[in-house]
Amino acid sequence: MKVVAYLLLVVVLSTLVLAVGEMPTYGCFNPTHNYVYDRYVRHGVEETGALNVVAQIIVDYRAYDTLIETTVLFAAIVSVMLTLKSGSH
Amino acid sequence: MHDFILKEVVSHLIPFIQIYGIYVIMHGHLSPGGGFSGGMVLGLSMVLFVLVFGLREGLKKISHNTSTVVESLGTAWYATVGLVGVLRGASFLVNKAAGIPTGQPGELLSSGLILVITVGVGVKVGSTILTLFVELIEEGSEE
Repeated sequence: MKVVAYLLLVVVLSTLVLAVGEMPTYGCFNPTHNYVYDRYVRHGVEETGALNVVAQIIVDYRAYDTLIETTVLFAAIVSVMLTLKSGSH
Repeated sequence: MHDFILKEVVSHLIPFIQIYGIYVIMHGHLSPGGGFSGGMVLGLSMVLFVLVFGLREGLKKISHNTSTVVESLGTAWYATVGLVGVLRGASFLVNKAAGIPTGQPGELLSSGLILVITVGVGVKVGSTILTLFVELIEEGSEE
């Protein structure tokens, strides 16, 4: 069982390292890096009505992400209750 | 703990901490901050109260059930607010595309659903911190 775990670890690690090797060099011109950023900075205020760019992104453009993020907090509470309260019932 | 100075100082300090937390939450769409950081300030003010005045006094102010229910309602509130977009004929969790008025950018009551969601997230994070802390400290005091 341990061998399988190590093998899986090596597979995942090598996949990630290969993915890093595929990435463009830092700072080089790559249009895919700039589309989204440009959109947020230029049209963020008129599209969301908020001035804080972070709030625009996390609560409007990426609202799904934040929804699941709050669910993670909920899961944390549930797991703490499950582990700590199991003896008292 | 019977530290008079500590209790006096903290009891005068907590209202200001909480007002600052509410300020950070309410101005989440205007200035750095937002639901998570403001909620953390609110939650830690309540943790401070429990630390200084003891668990029994703290549970008198906000009972275990209240914080758990508020904590669960925060998540439900977020998802429910997301459904407003669906009801108005757009996608889930959309803001301006669903025709929600966003007001004048820069005013306190603006940005449509962002403010509503931020308040929900703030309350949720605050009660999460309190619930986790109370849960853990209860476990320690039972032994």
